[in-house]
Amino acid sequence: MRNVYVLGTGMIRFGRYPDKSVPELGAEAALIALKDAGVTIKDVELFACGNLYQANAMVGQRILQQVGQTGIPVINVSNACATGSTAFREAYMAVASGMYDVTMAVGVEQMGKQGLLGGGGGGSDPAYSTEGRVGSGLMPAVFGQAGMEHMRKYGTTLEHFAKISVKSHKHATKNPFSQYQNEVTLEDVLNARMVAFPNTLYMCCPTGDGAAAAILVSEDKLKQLAGGRKRPRIAASVLTSDPYTDRDLTLPDVSTLTRRAAKKAYEIAGIGPKDVSLTELHDCFATAELVHYENLGLCGDGEAGKFIDEGGGKHPDLGGKAPVNVSGGLLSKGHPLGATGVANICEIVWHLTGDERAKQRQVPNAKVGMAHVIGLGSACTIHLLTV
Amino acid sequence: MAEQASAQTAEQPGKKPILPVFKLEPKPHLVGVKCSACGAVFLDVKRLACSKCGATGPFQEVQLSDKGKVWVFSVIHQSFPGVKTPYVTAIVDLPEGVSVKSNLVDVDPLELQKNPQKAFGMAVELVANVVAKDRQGNEVVAFQFRPSAN
Repeated sequence: MRNVYVLGTGMIRFGRYPDKSVPELGAEAALIALKDAGVTIKDVELFACGNLYQANAMVGQRILQQVGQTGIPVINVSNACATGSTAFREAYMAVASGMYDVTMAVGVEQMGKQGLLGGGGGGSDPAYSTEGRVGSGLMPAVFGQAGMEHMRKYGTTLEHFAKISVKSHKHATKNPFSQYQNEVTLEDVLNARMVAFPNTLYMCCPTGDGAAAAILVSEDKLKQLAGGRKRPRIAASVLTSDPYTDRDLTLPDVSTLTRRAAKKAYEIAGIGPKDVSLTELHDCFATAELVHYENLGLCGDGEAGKFIDEGGGKHPDLGGKAPVNVSGGLLSKGHPLGATGVANICEIVWHLTGDERAKQRQVPNAKVGMAHVIGLGSACTIHLLTV
Repeated sequence: MAEQASAQTAEQPGKKPILPVFKLEPKPHLVGVKCSACGAVFLDVKRLACSKCGATGPFQEVQLSDKGKVWVFSVIHQSFPGVKTPYVTAIVDLPEGVSVKSNLVDVDPLELQKNPQKAFGMAVELVANVVAKDRQGNEVVAFQFRPSAN
C-alpha cells in the first residue's frame, strides 16, 4: 500500500439550507477543497460521494454536473452515519492501491428539520408499528441505553454526561463552521427537556444540512502539487462492522466494533492513544461520547467519569487534556449524516496544518489526529492522520 | 360451500400478534430459534444461518421463558405522534440467553429516572397487551414486561 496524503479540504458551515439542493451543497464544498488543494476537477481521477437520504439518486454524478463532467469513475456511498467517512476511505483506498494518484471525497446531506431518527416497523398498516409498543428503536433510546450500561457497570452520574455537553458547546463558540455556537451551563443541560433518559435536549445532536470535501493524493503527486506546504498523511484507515455480541441484535452494541477499529488503527499507525493530539469522535449523544473515551483508549475502562472530572476531552486553552471534539462535536457543530465523516477529517487536517480555518481553536503542537464515526446498524470508521 | 364458510370464519376479527415471534396460543409467549452448532438463540422465527458461528443449521424452534431480568432501560419523553410519553423502554435478558426489547409497564417512569439502580436487574414477566386495532378490525397484541415477584 502507498502513502496517501490529504492535499486540500473544504467545508460549508453546517446549518439549514432549505433553498439549496443536495448536489449544490456538495459542489460548494468540492470547489472549496479543489481550490484549497490548488488543483482543478480535471486533475481528479476518482470521486467517492457520501450521501444517505438520496442514496438512490446519483448524488456524486449530479455534483460533477455542477463542478465539471470529466467522465471519471464515481462511487456513491451510503453507510448510515459513517457514510462520509466510508466515502473518504474509498478515495483513500483508490490512491493507496496504486490505481489513482488524485481522488476526491465529498460528504453531503440535507435533513431539514427532520426530528427523531430510527424506530418504526409495521409495514403497510400502522397498527403493527412497534415503536412505543414494543420498546423504542429511536436513536435517543439506543444511545440513552448505551449510557445506562455505563451507569449500571460503573455508577456513572447524570452530571458526567451533562459535563460533556457543556464542554462541547464551549468548544463550538470558537468554530464559525458550527451549526450552534452558544454556550450552555451545567444547569442548562440538566434542566433542559428530557428526550430519552439520561439524554436531555442539549445532550442530543441536532439534525441539519451540510457538506465537506477532501482531495487525496499519492506521495509523488504531493511532491508536485504541495509546493512545500505541510500536508497530513493518512496513517490508518479502518472500517469495521458489528461482530456478534450477546445483545447486539436487541440493543446495537456501539462499543465492540469501535474497540476493534481503534486497536487495528493504532497497530497500523504504530502509535497509541497517548500519542493522539486531538480526537473528533462520534458524539451523536453525550452518552456516546462518554463510552467512546474508553472504547478509543483515551482512558481506562470504567474511568470515563474520572477522565471528565479531571478535564479530559477539554481544549488545552480551557485547562484540559486529550482534547475531544474541539470543533463542537456533533452536539454543536451538527450532524448532517453523510457530511459528518468528511467534516471531522477537515477539522483534524486544519489542526495538523495550522490552517486559518481552525485558528481560534488551534490545538497547540498537533501532530496526530483521530477521526471516529459510528453508523448505527452498524459501521465504524477510524482514521489516524499524522504530520 | 364448506370452504366458503370456513374462509368467512377466518375473516372474523380476532386477536393478532404485533410480531411473528409472539404467539398468542395456548398462552402468550415468545419463540426463538436455536443454532444446533453453537447454541446461540435468536429472537426470530427462522434463520438462514447463525450470525454467531456461521453454521447453516439445523435450527430448533424454542419456546422462550416469560420471565427475565432488566439489563438497561431508558425513559422516552419524545416519540412518534400517538405514542403516550413518558414511558419506559427496556432490554430484558431471558434465561435462554437471548435479549428482548419492549415497554416496561406498571412502573413509574419518573421514579425510575430518580433511582435508575432500582431497574437494573429487576425481575419482570411477560404481559400481553392490546395496543391497536388493525384495518380488518383485529386487536393487535404486543408483548410487554411488568415487574414480577421473582
